[in-house]
Amino acid sequence: MSNSTTTSIYSAALMDHNAHPDYKYELEDATYSHDGINASCGDEMTLYLKVNNDTNVIEEASFTGHVCAISQASADMMAGLLEGESIEEAKRLSGLFIGMIQGNELSDEDKEDLDEAAELQSISRMPARVKCAELAWRTLNGILSERDKELAGK
Amino acid sequence: MSIDIAANPYKKDFPLLVKHPDLAFLDSAATAQRPEVVLAAEREFYETMNANPLRGLYELSIRATESIGNARKHIAAFIGAGEENYRDIVFTRNTSESLNLLAYSFAPTVLEEGDEVCITIMEHHSNMIPWQQACKRAGAKLVYLYCDENGQISEEEMQKKIGPKTKIVSAVHVSNVLGVENPVKRLAELVHAQGGYMIVDGAQSVPHIKVDVKDLDCDFFAFSGHKIFGPMGIGVLWGRHELLDAMPPFLTGGEMIESVSEQDAVWSEVPEKFEAGTQDAAGIYATDAALTYVEQIGLDKMEEREAALMAYLAERMEELPYIEVVGPKDPAKRYGAFSFNVKGVHPHDVSGILSGENVAIRAGHHCAQPLLLYMGMHTCCRASVAFYNDKHDIDSLIDALDVLGGMFNVK
Repeated sequence: MSNSTTTSIYSAALMDHNAHPDYKYELEDATYSHDGINASCGDEMTLYLKVNNDTNVIEEASFTGHVCAISQASADMMAGLLEGESIEEAKRLSGLFIGMIQGNELSDEDKEDLDEAAELQSISRMPARVKCAELAWRTLNGILSERDKELAGK
Repeated sequence: MSIDIAANPYKKDFPLLVKHPDLAFLDSAATAQRPEVVLAAEREFYETMNANPLRGLYELSIRATESIGNARKHIAAFIGAGEENYRDIVFTRNTSESLNLLAYSFAPTVLEEGDEVCITIMEHHSNMIPWQQACKRAGAKLVYLYCDENGQISEEEMQKKIGPKTKIVSAVHVSNVLGVENPVKRLAELVHAQGGYMIVDGAQSVPHIKVDVKDLDCDFFAFSGHKIFGPMGIGVLWGRHELLDAMPPFLTGGEMIESVSEQDAVWSEVPEKFEAGTQDAAGIYATDAALTYVEQIGLDKMEEREAALMAYLAERMEELPYIEVVGPKDPAKRYGAFSFNVKGVHPHDVSGILSGENVAIRAGHHCAQPLLLYMGMHTCCRASVAFYNDKHDIDSLIDALDVLGGMFNVK
């Protein structure tokens, strides 16, 4: 029952993304949108992606929903990170992030790729909040796997 | 108030609280802590009378069987059913299982298509989903009693919702979110006048209020041992004998039969008919010890201390302008539970940050999603008190909320 873990989760970066999210809005011309639910608390988030399907590049990402500070900050960091990345890179980053939250150690290079989102690593030691940190990324995976299915069906 | 809530003569009885002297445990409505005497009883059972109850004909098994019988007597007396009616005490795993037993075994004996089951909007999911399902199976309708923002269900609402089609009213005695006591005695009167039956979910009332099932005039009463300082895994169902007797079993198998042939079986009598398989006899024995502990301190004394703690909690909460109280403003109307929100901060963040300050509260939907939606929110925070809490625990909560207020700049 130590104080360090819980308090350190709420880092300055996290608090800033929570208080002033840059990417919390409905994306009118989204190519894809998907609802994600955090089963542990019932929180809902909608993730929007604008994808150029010729180049396979994510041009814009945003989210909406009433969620906790960890979910909100994680979503905001993710949206910023995805902008301008290819679908393949988004999948790789998602794998890195979820792996990190599940307790995998990341190389310094991988941490650099996740940028601020790598700061959420300490949440891996708080099982009750893992789902909060993952919510946006799992919702992203939902979009990407549906997209894969659609493309395979064509 | 004459009670000294700064002093705490009870904490020493609870090994977990002794081991964590800095912890403000304010989540007893989820599960209480257990005193040393309960832990010792569990061990004593295994050391001195461990054998499978009912089965063996040797001394140990007889002692184990006796200990279960004694626990039934104690519980029957404790809830006002009368010690002599101890065979109407059925052991389950928890309140949820007791209520499921009724939804599966009792409901089909009285529910027909077009009938109604009436519950309150403040039910815990454990007294809601079993009735949703029972109604679906029977083609019956689930009707809700709604409360005002103080958690009060009006006489008018009860009159309106309970009618000739109402076969069952199943109501929570004390709400786990709002802490209010529901008028279950009045509900029993109304449903009986219509020829229906009254079920009371006492999970949150038994630890705080002296329960008398005869006075309530209910037909069934369910509660869990772990909320009244007993071990986890012991649920209780009391019912009127003639009703239990007429019901088919819920789970079938060992120990619940009189005789078995290749194609059929004859059921045991109540209560064994409802207790298939090996029971957690040590847990039952320890639940008995928990009730003895409560009686030694005195439920009325506990209630008095909890009321004083609740009044102090409500008073201190008023100092924080960013707290939105959920439920009754009057602390005298709350048994154990004080629910609230911090303006602009998600309850999970509140509880996460409070945890860092060594304050344990519950955050979320409290297994009462329809109630929270009805009250206009998705989630909230809940601090709940038991008699082993003290002034310091509440001061710690307020200090931690103050830290949180600073972090999220909600002052």
